[in-house]
Amino acid sequence: MLLWRAVKIAFRGIGANKMRSFLTMLGIIIGVGAIISMLSIGEGAKKQVSQSIQRFGTNLLRVSPGSARVGHVHRGTVTTLTMEDGEAIRRGVSGINLVGSSVQNMAQVKYANKNTSTAINGTTPEYSELNNFPVETGRFIDGKDLKLIRKVAVLGTTVKEELFGGGIAVGKQIKVKGANFQVIGVLKSKGATSWRDPDNQVVIPLTTSQKRLFSQNHVENIYIQVESIDRIEEVKQSVEKLLRIRHRIQPGADADFSIRDYTEFISALKETGQTFTVLLGGVAAVSLLVGGIGVMNIMLVSVTERTREIGVRMAVGARRRDIMLQFLIEALVITVTGGIIGIILGASMAYGIAEFGNWETVITPFSILLAFFFSIFVGMLFGIYPARKASLLDPIVALRYE
Amino acid sequence: MSLIRVREVSKVYSMGDVEVAALKGISLDVLNGEFTAIMGSSGSGKSTLMNIIGCLDRPTSGSYLLDDDDVAGMNEVELASIRNRKIGFVFQTFNLLSRYTARENVELPLIYAGFRNASERALKALKEVGLAHRATHKPTQLSGGERQRVAIARALVCAPPVILADEPTGNLDTKTGDEIMALFEALNERGTTIIIVTHEHEIAQWCRRVIQIRDGAILSDKLKGEA
Ligand SMILES: Nc1ncnc2c1ncn2[C@@H]1O[C@H](COP(=O)(O)OP(=O)(O)OP(=O)(O)O)[C@@H](O)[C@H]1O
Ligand SMILES: [Mg+2]
Repeated sequence: MLLWRAVKIAFRGIGANKMRSFLTMLGIIIGVGAIISMLSIGEGAKKQVSQSIQRFGTNLLRVSPGSARVGHVHRGTVTTLTMEDGEAIRRGVSGINLVGSSVQNMAQVKYANKNTSTAINGTTPEYSELNNFPVETGRFIDGKDLKLIRKVAVLGTTVKEELFGGGIAVGKQIKVKGANFQVIGVLKSKGATSWRDPDNQVVIPLTTSQKRLFSQNHVENIYIQVESIDRIEEVKQSVEKLLRIRHRIQPGADADFSIRDYTEFISALKETGQTFTVLLGGVAAVSLLVGGIGVMNIMLVSVTERTREIGVRMAVGARRRDIMLQFLIEALVITVTGGIIGIILGASMAYGIAEFGNWETVITPFSILLAFFFSIFVGMLFGIYPARKASLLDPIVALRYE
Repeated sequence: MSLIRVREVSKVYSMGDVEVAALKGISLDVLNGEFTAIMGSSGSGKSTLMNIIGCLDRPTSGSYLLDDDDVAGMNEVELASIRNRKIGFVFQTFNLLSRYTARENVELPLIYAGFRNASERALKALKEVGLAHRATHKPTQLSGGERQRVAIARALVCAPPVILADEPTGNLDTKTGDEIMALFEALNERGTTIIIVTHEHEIAQWCRRVIQIRDGAILSDKLKGEA
């Protein structure tokens, strides 16, 4: 028997009970739709992860105060890390491109009658490159600003919007914690991620922050850009050694600082994204499986209902494999049609989530193929038993069936 | 030469510890081109015999040769092919597929035979039974006689050497029954071997040979005119 005829027969079988076929298909539609949309959410999360990885840069080390042991010492209370440590690292450790320091404090920023509370980021000129934060207009702080302890500020776009709206900011005087500052530049926007807004900050020279605003001597972060990724471990050790000496820490004792490279963080982040995707996909797969059981259920009912038809077909010359093929294709038509509708539904759902749910979704060809072949697989898996049952009927018994 | 050669065929149905011997060692030869009626009271084993001849069922013991081929030794695929090409079966209850039109019902054997022009051939067969104008009707839109004619078209569409009919007129009135028998007669005149099971003597009158069965054994086997 020709395949397309078997497909035609299968369509007739499905058409005979449209409502029932549709409801059965619905199980598959929902299952496949769930797979597509869940995977798109997972992939979206992955994409966000890799975007933030790009933002961080992978050959960056960060020294921060407090022990590496989480919860051991509260970060903010350790004030032993200083700008001079940064200087010492730059002079004393090889394999380094750039070193920059920064400290953040919250403060009120005012312009005319507008004011906002934001992070005041006291830092060094290297910060711009280290953290991939170029200026949009004007200029970033430079070594002279730092040396002369100038009261100049570079605004993040969020702050700029708050204070100046669409107007020009560069050249204007603003008040930071009551002191007059001149705006020398506006940072390029990075865009807010779901958990924080890097554009909501004001960058000022580190010395100005320490001496003129917050009267503190320590820094919160020393950023080190290593020449190449494979020197990270070596540089990390040199920095550790140097700082231990500078801070007079006994061998074996806990350091009052910790050095983090992002590789751990990145792999953890990537892993999280992957786990997320697998988890969501798994949940969706279960729902497809449930849909598959629905298909099997209906196919079994259908075989029983059509026992006489099977008998007639056998009496006029259908072989067992013809009968088997008929019912198997019927199950496949249900699952594949359901699969295609499900893919369309899932894709629209992913689109809707991205559009209205403010969550990035990514539909990959892989997830579409996966869902498609999975629905074929489900059709095979759950269609084969009823089809086999039908094909094994005895013609004379089937013909006599009431 | 005999087209159908049945030797010592018996059929025993066992249900739990109760055994029913439906056929008790029947031997029978049917020649090419014969027009035969099988008669007998209800439960005598006529249908059982027909089902075995039609390769729908297998005998418990004995041998059955169709066209000199031993059916007992055939596998399922070969049996399906025999049912498809060599035998046309007509049932008392028509056994048409209700979701399919008359033409599609007639197409069925052709589809399994792998014919490409199934549609034209089916229409031709319907024309032969005088139902070309009902080709697109579903069985429920047809009278009993018309349904049986569709079933006959389905039986003859692959031009099998044998047509078996188990009480083909059992559900029809006398006039319609005669129309059906006229069809069989016409088919027989063109060389098809026909075996019909019937209760009615009027129907058996159409046939040249009448076999009487009682309790699973042949009681008499007469040619017309022998009386
Ligand atoms: N599937 C079966 N299981 C058990 N016994 C059966 C089965 N089919 C037939 N029989 C028995 O075999 C015997 C012959 O049945 P069969 O159907 O051949 O009779 P028949 O001559 O065709 O009768 P009728 O004229 O009523 O159609 C009967 O006694 C019947 O009860
Ligand atoms: Mg009978």
